[in-house]
Amino acid sequence: MNESLDPRVNRLRLNNSDGSFSVEEGENWNVFEVFHQEKRGAHHEHVGCVHAPDANLALIFAKEQFGRRKKCVNLWVVRSADILAFDLEDEDMFANNPDKTYRDASGFKVMDKINKFKAQSK
Amino acid sequence: MYGGGYIYEDSGRSRQQEEQLQDDPVKLAAFEARIARGEKIEPGDWMPVEYRRQLIRLIEQHAHSEIIGALPEGTWITRAPGFKRKLALIAKVQDEIGHGQLLYNAAETLGKSREAMINDLLSGKSKYSNVFNYPAETWADVTVIGFLIDAAAIVNQVANAKGSYGPYCRALERICYEESFHLKQGHDAFIELATGTAAQKAMLQDALNRWWQPIMHFFGPPDKVSSHSEKLMQWKVKMASNDDMRNQFLEAYVPKIWELGLTLPDTLLKKNQETGKWEYSDPDWDLFFEVIKGNGPCNKERLNVRKWAEEHGSWIRKALMREEERERTALPVA
Repeated sequence: MNESLDPRVNRLRLNNSDGSFSVEEGENWNVFEVFHQEKRGAHHEHVGCVHAPDANLALIFAKEQFGRRKKCVNLWVVRSADILAFDLEDEDMFANNPDKTYRDASGFKVMDKINKFKAQSK
Repeated sequence: MYGGGYIYEDSGRSRQQEEQLQDDPVKLAAFEARIARGEKIEPGDWMPVEYRRQLIRLIEQHAHSEIIGALPEGTWITRAPGFKRKLALIAKVQDEIGHGQLLYNAAETLGKSREAMINDLLSGKSKYSNVFNYPAETWADVTVIGFLIDAAAIVNQVANAKGSYGPYCRALERICYEESFHLKQGHDAFIELATGTAAQKAMLQDALNRWWQPIMHFFGPPDKVSSHSEKLMQWKVKMASNDDMRNQFLEAYVPKIWELGLTLPDTLLKKNQETGKWEYSDPDWDLFFEVIKGNGPCNKERLNVRKWAEEHGSWIRKALMREEERERTALPVA
């Protein structure tokens, strides 16, 4: 007999467990990354992950974990193992992006040229 | 809830220091410079062995605290006074379990499997916040937990959310958002008792008297006896000292208790107007360590309930998983 304040705990036969139980490696299933869409038309955004035996159950767990309050219209799940990413150490490959002004509207000063032209034609 | 400021550390620091010496000094300097610039560290980044070890310890114990912390409150779901309180308590307890999941995931990104963490909890190797080794005797206890323990946890979690490890910060951001509901519903239920009948007030005062010492224990031993944490502060693993967090909590919440006509069982408790710091009698730290060692009123029950749940859930976890789909190592990416 337990002496808990919790009637539910007292109904369990707790003292029967021999005290040496352990969970097997892999018993908590695979991991799925979860993507949340806040409203129609918006991107799905990564919000975290869940453990699940398959994608269908991962969606159900994702709904419980990431869709239980605030706006949500849709969720995606994808196996974490299926995500391919660059090494973080390679982030320098993006380092000179801000220098590529030829890829950016701000890199083209049309008004300067127009004003110069207008000044010359007066 | 429930990340207490105090993170249990077993002995064996000499071994860590040997590992520490093996870190590449050039990489270590670059790592420390990144943290000093306010950058976040991500799972694939190089990190010192000791940083990884301390973070696993911190996040894992935080996760266990969320799961175990749901037990004393869960006890009261069936007996919550009224439908609205019952709905709020169910929602809160579900949030706490969800927080446990978020935190386990963050710890897993550092390379320790979910199963290894659960096993370390069941065997008693990993600890959880000490306050959950006390029973919730009456409904008033639930309001004290929901208001004051959550408030204390928020002080700690808001600080930790500014730490250096990306996955932990992201988990805490979501957690802190949900905690604001926990605190508010706890405060609401607390005020209802404090402003209610004489019997309700007496029940609340009694709960407050019993919980005050565990609350003072919550942030851990005073800085003057706490083990060295300068490195952890520099690495932004620990974001504030135990005494600073305790003081921040007292500053924000003691007035909210006193304004309701309640008292606290510490005659020395007062704010020193010159220093701006709160003064209080030292709680019984021998008792604190005794409870951590497993000798608190509820330690055995809490672990036995967790063990029961794992043991009786095992067959269905195995039945649901198709063996050919099981990955050798299943870890989250971020």
